[in-house]
Amino acid sequence: MMKKYLPFLPLIAFVVCVHLLTSWTGTLYYLTQMTMSAYYALLIIGLCVVMGYAGQISLGHAGFFAIGGYLSAALTTRNLLPFEDTAVLRMLDALGVLMKGQDIYGEVIVVITPWAACITAVCVAALLAFFIGVPALKLKGHYLAMATLGFGIIIYRVVLASEYFGEADGISEVPPFVLAGSLAVSGDFSERISNYYIAWVLVIAGVVLLRNLIDSRVGRALRAIHGAEDAAGSMGVDTARYKLHVFVLSAVFAAIAGVFMTHYNGSIGPSEAGVMKSVRYVAIVAVGGMAHLWGALIMAIILNFLSLRGVFGSYDDAVFGLILIVIMLFAPNGLLRINLRSKLQAFFSRAKRAEEV
Amino acid sequence: MALLRLEKLHKRFGGLKAVNDVSFAVNEGQIKAVIGPNGAGKTTLFNLIAGSLPASSGSITFKKWQLRRKKSYQIAALGIARTFQNIKMFNGMTALENVMVGRHVRSGAGFLSSMFHTPWARREEKEIRDRSMELLDLLDIAECADVEATSLAFGQQRAVELARALALEPDLILLDEPAAGLNIYETAEMGRLITRIRDLGITVLLVEHDMSLVMDISDEIVVLSFGEKISEGLPSEIQNDPEVIKIYLGE
Amino acid sequence: MTLELFIQYIFAGITYGAIYAIVAIGFNIIYNTTGIINFAQGEFVMLGGMISISLIEYLNLPAAIALAVVITMIIGALVEIIFIRWLQGPSVLRMIIITIGVSILIREAALHIWGESVRSLPYFIGDEITSVSILGAHISPQVFCVLAVCTVMMLLLGVFFKTTSVGREMRACAANSTAAILCGINTRNMVTLSFVLSAAIGALAGAVMSPITYSQYNIGTGLAIKGFTVAILGGLGSSGGAVIAGLLLGIIEAFSVSVLPLAFQEAISIAILLLILFIRPHGLFGSKDAAGLKQF
Repeated sequence: MMKKYLPFLPLIAFVVCVHLLTSWTGTLYYLTQMTMSAYYALLIIGLCVVMGYAGQISLGHAGFFAIGGYLSAALTTRNLLPFEDTAVLRMLDALGVLMKGQDIYGEVIVVITPWAACITAVCVAALLAFFIGVPALKLKGHYLAMATLGFGIIIYRVVLASEYFGEADGISEVPPFVLAGSLAVSGDFSERISNYYIAWVLVIAGVVLLRNLIDSRVGRALRAIHGAEDAAGSMGVDTARYKLHVFVLSAVFAAIAGVFMTHYNGSIGPSEAGVMKSVRYVAIVAVGGMAHLWGALIMAIILNFLSLRGVFGSYDDAVFGLILIVIMLFAPNGLLRINLRSKLQAFFSRAKRAEEV
Repeated sequence: MALLRLEKLHKRFGGLKAVNDVSFAVNEGQIKAVIGPNGAGKTTLFNLIAGSLPASSGSITFKKWQLRRKKSYQIAALGIARTFQNIKMFNGMTALENVMVGRHVRSGAGFLSSMFHTPWARREEKEIRDRSMELLDLLDIAECADVEATSLAFGQQRAVELARALALEPDLILLDEPAAGLNIYETAEMGRLITRIRDLGITVLLVEHDMSLVMDISDEIVVLSFGEKISEGLPSEIQNDPEVIKIYLGE
Repeated sequence: MTLELFIQYIFAGITYGAIYAIVAIGFNIIYNTTGIINFAQGEFVMLGGMISISLIEYLNLPAAIALAVVITMIIGALVEIIFIRWLQGPSVLRMIIITIGVSILIREAALHIWGESVRSLPYFIGDEITSVSILGAHISPQVFCVLAVCTVMMLLLGVFFKTTSVGREMRACAANSTAAILCGINTRNMVTLSFVLSAAIGALAGAVMSPITYSQYNIGTGLAIKGFTVAILGGLGSSGGAVIAGLLLGIIEAFSVSVLPLAFQEAISIAILLLILFIRPHGLFGSKDAAGLKQF
């Protein structure tokens, strides 16, 4: 029982150490990127279960992230005052999901509370994942890849084309998300440390839940689908249902990440819904070793942190493209399980043989 | 009493009649064998019963259920387990985990109870593990429990696949060429094992090429040729059936 | 809707449709020999356009286009030789990810070479205001250039696959690669050739469409999605189906502009893709039994 939670100790120690080290050296600003990386990691570990364990590719997960982020942003910033006297608004008021806010000109506006917005956004993402998933997960290989890619592009086009979602500018001035008491998700510098820990608590909780899932009856069923789908079916696994449920689960992870990230940044833009983002998430899962939750987590933190620090400069997307190719060519089982030398030798000898043929 | 009954079963692939008007019954507690030359439609027949392929017409009755429009996972849940001609292990899973998948229909933990690791799910998990270990023990491969299944020797993989099918606690087990690729000693061992499975109260329907094995253990035999049933009866009757001798030895 | 407008839309639809059909045929050629969907197919079209635009400063139009096609063919061959050739029995997931990676690399390279600016070749005949009047509708002569080039390309491909020995060998690989190896056909070279061929037709289409549709470093993804839609719609692997499906999609898209804001135009064709994938993944004309035999 204790053994299962042992790997989490170094992770918790790492999280605390990063905080202490940055505060000691006066570089607390690193925590901002660490917080954002943590939110991306939350999405990526969800995707890892879909891709690595259940063996289904998704090129549309940025779409779910964007649904979470955009909906919570829109609901908590768009003024509902013009609808003051409608029955719907009175009902919302009675439910206690309305609050007063300020727009950029300092005018008083009425908006949905972040909690209600968050729940709505996550539910919408889950529902969309369900309705896309039912037909899409009947497909395999290229077809599934294209279907999820298409879904992602539709979400991108919709946020880019609708005024409600701020078109090319996105949505800014998103209010803080007060979780409890004085604990709030916001970009306020004074709350940087508490936000860092909020993000990491979420990630660690996510890893615990997914780890449990993988080592359970459900996890075995998912891995069986990946291993041999027809044999899984004849062992009594309802393959379509399991694939669908894990897809929805990962969409929920992505949407939660989107909601928190948006409140943390105070804004969201269309690039979060872009195809390149989805591809990037797939790349990170691949580098982590596909069926390797810890690998995905570690790579998510490292690569996102570097990317957010601007280390890759204008070659940001190119770096992820290159990573994808190199990993898939030389180490389809991930960077952490690579035997570099034998791989290179194999590459050159094979290339030579191919030329001789 | 008939546990499984096939009536006027047809399967066409385009113009090819892979299974043509086949009817027979499998009685409870029997070992029944389906034999026939290559391409006779034996594996197709299995795929129809297990729900891996949809039948073109006819009926398949198991106990009181009609199987024809059911999906393979529903058929498994009713108590029919199967093995495959070209062994299908779950890649990336250990032998024990493979067998544990077999307990799927006999357990019920869902996404939430699994993720939150509820006491109930924990108890069930222990039951699954213990039962699966017992089966590996029964088939003498307990020492391979934690080895990745696909890296096991061929004979061991066959045993794991059998344990996986038994883990489902089936009433009927479909064995697709259980002795393929085994040497004569292993084949004899497999024969004893199949008899033991029958003695556990599980009805066995098998497809097999090894005639000595079939004649040894089967209670009844069905002969298929080009998708049609040409004979059915006791092993001694089949051995002396001129029709059967003709298709096996030529004219 | 007036007759002029109707004809205008029809011609716009046919023009785009022809391009989509060419991209789809590019998908089919590679799919038939390898079972791979090359996600970088749209990038070949982009390269054809962008390279010929750069070359036009030094060469005359036909020479620039010809050289651009040749360069793209070499890039196609390199892609296959470097990334695909030496893999042994790769999984579909791995192939998808590799070709996506290739498409990103080509796109990013294009971004660093040509920047984000939108470019185009000059009109082959006349300029942007020259037009031919058909039943009162004004059609640019470039439209006829595109249609002529696409038609000739399809006919030549048909002749190539039907009558030349290399074409027949490629079809043999498509039908059964093991049997083809046993007959002494070098299947690896056939795979390279299929990449070269689809790079060539993509690049040529990219060059002739450039005056009408313009070229930019990032047009590949959209074209690939639409080309794939068309390939699926026509039944994956079927070139005849691709032509009909391409024209169909082009015309639907052209008319959708009159109903919906332009910003949603791309969403329309993707919605069609999803619909087709969900309802008839074997395509409008393909048969379900045949689709069942494909390895997906």
